[in-house]
Amino acid sequence: MLTFENVCKRYPDAGEALTDVSFHLQRGEMVFLTGRSGAGKSTLLKLIAMMEQATRGSIVFDGQNITRASDGKIPYLRRKLGLIFQDYKLLNDRTVFDNVALPLIVSGHGHQEVARRVRAALDKVGLLGKERKYPLALSGGEQQRIGIARAIVNKPKLILADEPTGNLDPDLSAEIMRMFEQFMQVGVTVLIASHDIKLIHRLGHREMMLDKGRLVSA
Amino acid sequence: MKTMKPIHDPHIGHRLAERFQAYLLNHVHGLLSSLGRLSRTPFTSAMTLLVLAIAISLAAAFYIVVANLQQMTGNLQASNQMSLFLKDNVSEAAAGKLAEQFRQHGGIESANVITRQQAMAEFKAHSGFGDALKALDSNPLPNLIQVQPKHALDDKAAVEALLTELRQIPQVEFVQIDMQWVSRLQAVMAIASRSVAIVGVLLGLAVIFITGNTIRLELQDRRNEVYIAKLVGATNGFIQRPFLYAGFWLGLIAGVIAWIIVTLMLVIVESPVEKLSSLYDGSFELMYISFSEFMLLLMMTSTLAVLGSWAVVHYQLRQIKPQ
Repeated sequence: MLTFENVCKRYPDAGEALTDVSFHLQRGEMVFLTGRSGAGKSTLLKLIAMMEQATRGSIVFDGQNITRASDGKIPYLRRKLGLIFQDYKLLNDRTVFDNVALPLIVSGHGHQEVARRVRAALDKVGLLGKERKYPLALSGGEQQRIGIARAIVNKPKLILADEPTGNLDPDLSAEIMRMFEQFMQVGVTVLIASHDIKLIHRLGHREMMLDKGRLVSA
Repeated sequence: MKTMKPIHDPHIGHRLAERFQAYLLNHVHGLLSSLGRLSRTPFTSAMTLLVLAIAISLAAAFYIVVANLQQMTGNLQASNQMSLFLKDNVSEAAAGKLAEQFRQHGGIESANVITRQQAMAEFKAHSGFGDALKALDSNPLPNLIQVQPKHALDDKAAVEALLTELRQIPQVEFVQIDMQWVSRLQAVMAIASRSVAIVGVLLGLAVIFITGNTIRLELQDRRNEVYIAKLVGATNGFIQRPFLYAGFWLGLIAGVIAWIIVTLMLVIVESPVEKLSSLYDGSFELMYISFSEFMLLLMMTSTLAVLGSWAVVHYQLRQIKPQ
């Protein structure tokens, strides 16, 4: 599903953020990416989301080498990904429905299909009935669930979550994690960057730890 | 990996139709939502539209003024006739005979006698000197033959030859032709039409830059939206669509406003122009922007505006990379 081979990422002014990183994720696997802030977690996720380019090494996702994906191909590759952020990255002037529908609309789905799949996604995250609301009218946990619904609505092969529970209390965090486990069970690969060690240990999934840009346990 | 759908999928036709419909719907949505967005910031939109409309109306006004002048000088061009003022001692009968001779001439289309009485009557009616003329005890005007040459005015050699021939006729005192004056005017008009082209290009560039800058600000305002759309897999084509439509609306609406400005301007000058025209036998009628010119104007302004938006959006979208 996803293979990193000797990947390095060097920033011209900040030096090496990732050094010689190699790992492989199976289909339907749920993996935690841990490490202190500045260890390179976000950089690693950005390389997969093609927001940054690796300096060396190769990244293969779903059978395609995405290390140097062209600007023209990136949108189509991103449609196979579901991205979730600590700060949700929602459009606050659009309804919950419109936020979740965005990935479907940009990939040109018919409006009946859009309506059906948005409802299905909102149902999965427990927000059915709040389609007409605006994100800021909802709680932090609910806003993150909008973000999750948006990430899964396009049936991605890989979900990337960057500190998805960073702004949530422990109960809500556990609830969000249970949601990710459900996606994993239907064959979606989930990669979560987090430093909530207690929660991660309790869940007991595979853990990859970064330290100063190197993978110290995989 | 099953990325390809089998070709005998019974739903594939339906799905394609639905995708196409979605594509069209997306365009319609872009068209309408960009208009809605303009109306949500009425003050800013109005300012931009007025600036655009003024630039466009300057070019359009210059164009229509020159077109009117051309029409006017076109009328003058047709009158390449020569006026033969006859000597005082030539009688009306002799003038009639002379005109008859001219009609047989190969280089002359027509010849008309205007007697001194006719000339006097016309002069009294139109010059405004009627009362002063009453004070004269005799008619000082000569008999006159108006000769219409067969050759066009631009055939200078032929016109010149005819002129020399007519001047040598003993009964003729003096031959007058406004050729030089007309060709000078034509040269001036050629400069004017070329200036219209230059001004048109400059103001067209202004339309491109004004729209480009407006769309650039709009893009900056919606940076977050663009960024999120990119993250969920929107192509640059998808993202730029509403901005191009916004440019289209700016160009189109500004074109309509410019048309209104120019038409109002023409309405204002119409009555003085009519007065002027009546002084010249009413041969001239003020020309407004025709329907096809109006359509052409809208096509040009909207195309230029879309071009300006495209240049900016195309360039800026490459710069906005999700961080």
